[in-house]
Amino acid sequence: MADEMLTIYVMGKAYEVPRDLTIMKAMEYAGYRFLRGCGCRGAFCGACGTVYRTKDDYRLKVGLACQEVVQDEMYLSEIPFFPGNKSNYNVERLKPNAESVLKNYPEVFRCLACNTCTKACPQDIEVMEYIQAALRGDIEKAADLSFDCLMCGLCAARCPAEIVQYNVALLCRRLYSRHVAPKAKHLAKRFKEVKRRKFDKELADLKGMKKRDLAKLYDARDIEQAD
Amino acid sequence: MNYTPSMLESMKRIEATREFRMTQDLPLLDPVQKVDLLENYHPDYIEDVFRELKVGPSKGTMTPKEFAELFEAYSVLDPEKFDLSKIDYDVDVLVVGGGGAGAAAALVAKEKGASVLLVTKLRFGDANTIMAQGGIQGADKANDSPSIHYLDVMGGGRYFNDPDLAEALVIDAPEVLAWLEKLGVMFDKEADGTMMSIHGGGTSRQRMHAARDYTGGEIMKTLRDEAQNHGIDAIEFSPVYELLTDGKKVTGAILYNMETYDFLVVRAKTVILATGGAGRLHVAGFPTTNHYGATADGLVLGYRAGAPLVFMDTIQYHPTGAAYPEQLLGQLVTEKVRGLGGQLVNTAGHRFIYELETRDVEAAAIIRECGERKKGVTTPSGYVSVWLDTPIIEAKHGAGTIRKRLPAMFRQYQRFGIDMSQIPLLVYPTQHYQNGGLKITADTETPVKNLYAAGEVAGGIHGRNRLMGNSLLGVVVFGRRAGEAAAERAASIKKPGKLTLGHLKKFHAALKAARVSKKHVAPMLLPEYRRPETIEQKLPVLP
Repeated sequence: MADEMLTIYVMGKAYEVPRDLTIMKAMEYAGYRFLRGCGCRGAFCGACGTVYRTKDDYRLKVGLACQEVVQDEMYLSEIPFFPGNKSNYNVERLKPNAESVLKNYPEVFRCLACNTCTKACPQDIEVMEYIQAALRGDIEKAADLSFDCLMCGLCAARCPAEIVQYNVALLCRRLYSRHVAPKAKHLAKRFKEVKRRKFDKELADLKGMKKRDLAKLYDARDIEQAD
Repeated sequence: MNYTPSMLESMKRIEATREFRMTQDLPLLDPVQKVDLLENYHPDYIEDVFRELKVGPSKGTMTPKEFAELFEAYSVLDPEKFDLSKIDYDVDVLVVGGGGAGAAAALVAKEKGASVLLVTKLRFGDANTIMAQGGIQGADKANDSPSIHYLDVMGGGRYFNDPDLAEALVIDAPEVLAWLEKLGVMFDKEADGTMMSIHGGGTSRQRMHAARDYTGGEIMKTLRDEAQNHGIDAIEFSPVYELLTDGKKVTGAILYNMETYDFLVVRAKTVILATGGAGRLHVAGFPTTNHYGATADGLVLGYRAGAPLVFMDTIQYHPTGAAYPEQLLGQLVTEKVRGLGGQLVNTAGHRFIYELETRDVEAAAIIRECGERKKGVTTPSGYVSVWLDTPIIEAKHGAGTIRKRLPAMFRQYQRFGIDMSQIPLLVYPTQHYQNGGLKITADTETPVKNLYAAGEVAGGIHGRNRLMGNSLLGVVVFGRRAGEAAAERAASIKKPGKLTLGHLKKFHAALKAARVSKKHVAPMLLPEYRRPETIEQKLPVLP
C-alpha cells in the first residue's frame, strides 16, 4: 500500500495521496472542497490552472489540475483568479488589423519575445507566436494558433510585459471570424427564407400530424450519404 | 500506458478487422428492434432507479431517486424569519446562470432596453456549454430544411417532444447560426465560406456545424466577451438560493455569496432560470461528462415556486464516455468521433451497432455488449468497456485528420500517452444530459408568471432523447427567446412586486404533511467528492 501513496504539498502543506490521481482528485482526497479552482473537470474551462514545482528542481511548471497526474514531492497551488485587463470593444466597428489589436491592447507592443508565455501554456499553444502575429496584423494566424486557448490565465500570470494574451487571442478570433473568413452564403439565404415564412406551412402540417403518421414519415426518410 | 496483455491482444483483433470494417455496411435498426433494445438495456427502464414524487406541482410523477431527494428537500432559510426589507439589487430582468443560455438571454434582454443582472454560481462561462465539443445543428444547406430537422428531432425524441418547442428550435436555428457568425464565432468553413457540416447520431442531413471540437467553448467565450463588451453586470460565485414571489408571481430572488456567506436580496420584474443540468447527481451511480456545478439547482428553485417538471423520468447517457485511463473516467469522447467515421467495436474486433443511431440506442447497445453478451474489454481498474476505433478515421480521411478536427480529444489522450490517431479508445456510457426539466412555452415562460427557463433546465424540447448538436442550439435559441420575452414582460410591469417567501412556507408545510425527513436540504450548489471519513471528522469550528 505504502508505495501506492505519495506526498504532495498543497500550498506548502504535506498530504499523503494515492498515486495516479489527478491534482484535482488528489486535493479532494486530501480534504479540500473546491469552490474556485474547479470548473468543467475536463480541460475546457480553464478554471484550474496550476503552478507547481517538483523536488530538487528550481523551475516552475504549469498544468491543469483536472488533467495533470500528481508526482511525488510536488509543490503546488492553483491560481484562483487573475485580474487581467479586458478591453471593451465593438467587433463590428473594428478592422482586422494590427491597429485594432494595439488600440485595445497597447501593451502588446511591450512583448519582449521571451517565450515565457508559451512555456506557461498547459495547452501547448505557441502563445508568443500568436502575440507576434497579432502585432504584425496577421489576424488569421493569431486566430488559428490561439484556437485551443482555454483562457486559464497562466500565460498572463507569467508575462513580464503584462500582456493578457488570452484576451488578445479572443479579440483576434472574433476579428478574423467576423471580417476575414468568407461568409456562409447558404446560411444567409436560408435565414432570408425563414423570415419570408417559407417553411411555416410545412412545419404546421408536421406539427398537426398524429404520432403514427409522423413515425411513418420518419422511418421512410432518406438519409444523406456521409462525405 | 498500462494496457493489460488481454487488452493488447484485443487491440490486435481490432487492427486485424479494420480493413474489412472500412467497407462494411451495417443497417439502421428497424423501429421494433430499437424499442426492444431500449426496453431491455437502457437505464431509463430500470425501475429501481426511479421513485414517485410525493410533494409539489409534479406530485405523482416518476424521477430518479437522486432528483427526488432534492425536489423534496427543505431550504435552510426560515421563511418566517428571513429579512427581506433591504433590497440589494433592483433590476428589470434577473438572469440566473452564466452558461450559454444565460449569456444569450442577458444580451438580448439588454438589447431590448431592460436593466439586466446576471448571477452565477461559479465563474461566468463555467457551464456545460463550454464543454460541448461536437457541434451545433441548423438546417442551412440546400438539401435540408427546418421541416427535415423537425422530423429528426421528433423521431429522435420518440415523438414525445412538445411540438411547439421543437418547432421553435428548428425554425430559429438559421437565425441563431447567422447571429453567432456575425458575433465572430470561428466556425469550420470551406474556402468559399460554406459551413463544414457532418452527421450526428439520428440526423438525416449533414447539419452538424462545428468549431473544431471546441464548439461550445468558442460559442461561450464569444457570448461572454460580447456580454462584457455591453457592460452587463455579472456577479460570480453568487447563486440564487431561493426565488421570491408575491404569493403567485415571481418578483425576485435571494442570492448567496459563497465566499462571504452573505445573503443578498434582488428585486426583479422577471427572472430567467438558466442554471443548466444535473450530471453531478450521478444518477444510478454513473460517472458524468458534466460541469462541477451541474447540480439541478434551477429545477429545485422553480419547483418550490410552483413550476411543474416534465420528462424528469428520462436521462441521456452519452454512449461514449471515457473508460480508460481512469483519470478520464466518464469524460466525454465527442460524438463527432463517430460522425467522422469512428467505429464501435467489441473485444473480438466486430462492430455491433451502426454508429449513428440516436444516443439512447447507442448507449443501450454498448450496455448489452458489455453485460449480457460479455463482449467487453476489461480495464486494469475493472471497468468493462468497448473499443472506439479512431485510427480508422485517419484511414478514411487521411493522416492528420484527428489533430486538425479533433484537437481537444487528441490533446486529452496525448496527456496520458495515448495517440488516438494510432490506437483505439475504450468507452462506456456516462450521464450526459437531462432530457426533461421545467415546463415552458415557446416563449420560455413557465406556468409561474414572470418566471422563465432556458437551456438544459427546461424540458420538452427533446422529448425522451436529445440529438447531438441540439443542446448547443437549444441553449442559444431559448436563451434568446427568454431574453426577449422577459424584457418585454418587464417593460409592461409598472409597479415592482411584493417580495415574500410565501411559496417556501407553503412548500415546507407540504413536506411536513408528507412526513419528509429534514435530512436533505436543497439546492445542492456543489457536489461532494471528499472522502466520507474526512467529512465525518469535520466540526463547525469557525461557523
